[in-house]
Amino acid sequence: MSGFSQGPSTTAQGAVIGSNRLLAAGSNATLFEHEQVYGSLSLSGIEVNFISVLERSGLTGRGGAAFASWRKFAAISPTAGLRAVRGKPVVIGNGAEGEPLSFKDKVLLEHAPHLVIDGLLVAARAISASSIFLYTSAALFPAVQSALAERTDASGVQLVEAADTFVSGQASAVVNAVAGGPAVPRGDRRRLSESGVNGRPTLVVNVETLAHAALIARYGAGWFRVMGTEQDPGTRLFSLSGWGEEQVLEVQGEARLGSVLERAGVDISAVQAVLVGGYHGRWVDSWDYRLSPKGSTDRSVRPGAGVLYVLPWGRCGVEATAQIVQYLAEQSAKQCGPCLFGLPSLAMVWDALARGEHDSGLVRESERLGSLLVGRGACHHPDGTVQLIDSALKIFAIDVEDHRGGLCRGRVGGHHG
Amino acid sequence: MDFVEGAWVDIMAKSLLIDWTLCDGRGLCSELLPQIIGRDDWGYPLVRIPAGGERSSAVIKPEDFAAARDAVKLCPKLALRLLD
Repeated sequence: MSGFSQGPSTTAQGAVIGSNRLLAAGSNATLFEHEQVYGSLSLSGIEVNFISVLERSGLTGRGGAAFASWRKFAAISPTAGLRAVRGKPVVIGNGAEGEPLSFKDKVLLEHAPHLVIDGLLVAARAISASSIFLYTSAALFPAVQSALAERTDASGVQLVEAADTFVSGQASAVVNAVAGGPAVPRGDRRRLSESGVNGRPTLVVNVETLAHAALIARYGAGWFRVMGTEQDPGTRLFSLSGWGEEQVLEVQGEARLGSVLERAGVDISAVQAVLVGGYHGRWVDSWDYRLSPKGSTDRSVRPGAGVLYVLPWGRCGVEATAQIVQYLAEQSAKQCGPCLFGLPSLAMVWDALARGEHDSGLVRESERLGSLLVGRGACHHPDGTVQLIDSALKIFAIDVEDHRGGLCRGRVGGHHG
Repeated sequence: MDFVEGAWVDIMAKSLLIDWTLCDGRGLCSELLPQIIGRDDWGYPLVRIPAGGERSSAVIKPEDFAAARDAVKLCPKLALRLLD
């Protein structure tokens, strides 16, 4: 099981303090341990107040898109008349975590399921949902089921299995799966907040976002904002891999990348580059970046689903990228032409780049295919892939060149040039 | 006078939306609206002038309404919709 840092979870005036918020109750926290640390949850007043508390908290989604959470909740609260026409709202906790480099949601569901369940109940009350689902992989069912069994307030929570695919966690794919269909994105452009599961207004929220919401419901917006910055308040979980044992870290908003790596025990001098955000993320090789969805791209790098993948010297970034592109091509839902044909074409180009083929047109072809794919498809799978390869062409430009001469700076362990 | 005409056209314009999960790259739409829709390497619609970076829909001016309606009707996969 991935390790996570478990600092002393001191409570002051009933609220947890410091950045260890979500995993403060320890490993495999029972309901008793959960309530010892966090206090009990009261749902009274939630339906009236919570969305405005959420707005003041500044919480943004922790599943990758970083959309303002209060807006997603508010979009579901139609007038009573509209609700009668569209049906009662549905809330779905999204614990699919299809991103291979991400495991923080697994850790959360395994060790702090009660926080996630609290968040689901809060969300359901806030939007007057009459159906509550938790969508996650079968491996996590035992932990979640035993948590549900401990409670008397969560009998309505229904577990739905998420397929072990990359796109199974995409919001409209989640809705399709919960409705009994395949876990692939929808092609129509109806908002889920208007028409989701069986045409009902549906709120899909990442499980980590729900965990933060559960604490905001207890301690308020001001508490949430004690950590982080004005622009990027609160904390977020990161899955760190590629260096020693996998770790889950809870980090405050706008943290400096280099500081987070050092805190995790990474020897920065041995690091060639870091992939931030996962397979749809961005390679960076400078350590002053702020980890935040806000801020300009020269200062900040978007955390995405909270992924930090370390590429040490001695490994090849072009090869690593080519392998990811191959995986992304295979993981296409294969519903949309540009993705179905374009990603495998990109994978072939990157395979050739990795092998050092003597073709000066390869980089240009990668750029051409990239600009052909952006924005053309039912979801952002192509866009995310293009973001990855564009960042790889920048960061590993030297290696792309070297490969054609049969060399690889990455493998040899060159210096920061 | 020109400004007023331009503004009037914007208000009148419709959007032709592509459902990528239904589209099969047959190309009828690009034949009916060649100035507006091209085709990519694999035959799928390429919106020539994306409205605000949006490449899954094409802006249709009044002079092209008839052709756009034909495209919606004739698309073998019913992958197109015309919206105000």
